[in-house]
This record gives sequence, C-alpha cells and structure tokens, in this order.
Amino acid sequence: MSIYVYIFAMALTTYLIRVLPMTIFRKPIKSRFLRSFLYYVPYCCLTAMTFPAILSSTSSLLSGAAALIVAVILAYRGKSLIVVALSSSAAVLLTQWALALLG
Amino acid sequence: MNFREYRAGVSRGLPVGMGYFSVSFGFGAMAVSQGLRALDATLISLTNLTSAGQFAGLTVIVAAAGLWELVLTQLIINSRYALMSLALSQRMGQKIGFLPRLLIAFFNTDEIFALAMARQEPLTVPFLLGLGTLPILGWTGGTLCGALAGSVLPESIRTALGVMLYGMFIAIVVPPAKRERRILAAVVLSLVLSSLFTWVPALAKISAGLAIVICTVAAAAVCAALFPVKEEEEAAV
Repeated sequence: MSIYVYIFAMALTTYLIRVLPMTIFRKPIKSRFLRSFLYYVPYCCLTAMTFPAILSSTSSLLSGAAALIVAVILAYRGKSLIVVALSSSAAVLLTQWALALLG
Repeated sequence: MNFREYRAGVSRGLPVGMGYFSVSFGFGAMAVSQGLRALDATLISLTNLTSAGQFAGLTVIVAAAGLWELVLTQLIINSRYALMSLALSQRMGQKIGFLPRLLIAFFNTDEIFALAMARQEPLTVPFLLGLGTLPILGWTGGTLCGALAGSVLPESIRTALGVMLYGMFIAIVVPPAKRERRILAAVVLSLVLSSLFTWVPALAKISAGLAIVICTVAAAAVCAALFPVKEEEEAAV
C-alpha cells in the first residue's frame, strides 16, 4: 500500500478527533470515568511507546539502556525537554564509542 | 483581519514553535532511520501535528500493518484532543463561526490549547491563527531538518538522534509521575503491560501498534476506575 494512503488516513483520523467536538458535537463530556480515562491516556501511551522499545532502538542493548537511564535521571531532576533528549542521544554515542574501543 | 491580534498570537506561539522544532527534529531523524523518505516524514508532520500520534503511526507504517490498525492507534492516542477541542470550543463562544473553527481545530495541540485557554482577553480568530503559525512552521521545519540531518549523517549519529524522541517522552512523563502518585501508578502499569507484550512470546506476536493501544486503554481504564479525577484537576499535559 502506498505510504500516502497511510498518511492520509492518519491525518484524517486526527483531524476528525479535533474538529468534530469543535463544530458539531459540542456538549461537554459528563462521564467522570471517561474524563479520567482521557486524563491518563497521554501518560500511558507515552510510556508504552518508550519502554521497552528504547532498549532495542540502537545497535546494542547497552546503549539503549544508557539512553533510558540518563533520560530518567535528568527528567527526575527537572531538566528541560531538549537537555534530556540531547543527553540521551549523547549517552548512546558515548556507549557505542566505548563498546567499539573495548572491541 | 486584525493584525494586532494576529501578531499577539504569533508572539505567544514563538516559544512553542521553538520547542516543537527540537521535538520534531527527533521525529524526522527517527523516521528516516526507519526507512522513510525525508519529504514523506515532513508531510506526516505537516498534516498531523501531534507527537505521540505520529510516533505510533510511524510504528504502524514501518510494520506495514493494516489501515484499521493505524486508525485505531490514532483514535486512542489522540482521543484527548476531543476533550481539548470541546473545552476550547466553549471558551471561544458563539462569536467564532463554523469556518474558522474548521481551521483552528487543525492545530489544536496540547500546548496551543494551553496557551489559548490561558489568555485573559477574549479569543479572536486572528489571535488563534497567529498562535498556530509558528508551532506549525516549527513542527514541519524541524521534521524536515531532522530528516535531512538523519539522511546525511553517519549511521552511528543517526541512531543516536533517533533516541531523542524517546528522551523527550521520558522528559514529559517523569516530572508529573514524580509529583503525583496516581500518574506514577498509570506509568508503572503501562510499563509492566508493554513489557509483557514485548517479552512474553505469545503476546509478542501482537503487532507493535496494537500493543500500544491495548496497553494505553487497559492502564488508563484501570487508573480511571481506581483514581478518578476531579473536574478542576484536569490540566492538560
């Protein structure tokens, strides 16, 4: 299947989710369960997408693990998005470099 | 068109646009490292404008899975936008008509939503369009730059850049999880589930996109039942 079919389907779905509640279905959501569910969705999906995928996203388990550990520690200390992201990239580079040196 | 309102929106949107540039740089680099062409990655960003949804979409596309799986991942992962659009719709009031809403809905992301809701003065169409301008440019331009950088840089640097997006996801999730027990519970539950879907052989057969959906729905539903959220606490991420 052409990638453009995928991109179109993805864009259309995302747009409909955003546009329908703004134009046609404009009643507030009353269900407390549903509202709570939507509150937790971002945290759950970001976590499920990141772990354990990050471990296998680089050429070795070690460098993926290094990226994970560095990112969690820096994020826990409240570092900004870009600092956390660049540091986890640097952790991958350094680990791969160290592994290459050790042979 | 009221240019003063438009300019006010643009200047509010500037920091978000810069932030988006760096995040989408990571998306672009990751997309080409997984075999997408730079312009296709850029087209995804231009037409979707959502980090988590695009990432999950990329996973499904790379796996060449079915279209229904792609639609399902978007419906679940982007479901929170429905809530934001509802809230923004109420905030905009009756003055803003149907046609501008069609446009404004397109760029209702977490950050733009937060900025729009935080404005003291009444919302106007030029202000909202201004608000969206730089984030859209930043998100699309960052993807293009990341994808081009990923295409020309050596393999080792490319994989390192590909990790950026994971780093940002971690930076988004960890601080609120540290602050709030119930978010930590949601994160831990989702983490355990996604580990099961990766390492338990029978479950690992399920495709990555579908696994993300199942983990998200299960963990969010359990937490919504155990720790319901009061209306005034529902700040967007």
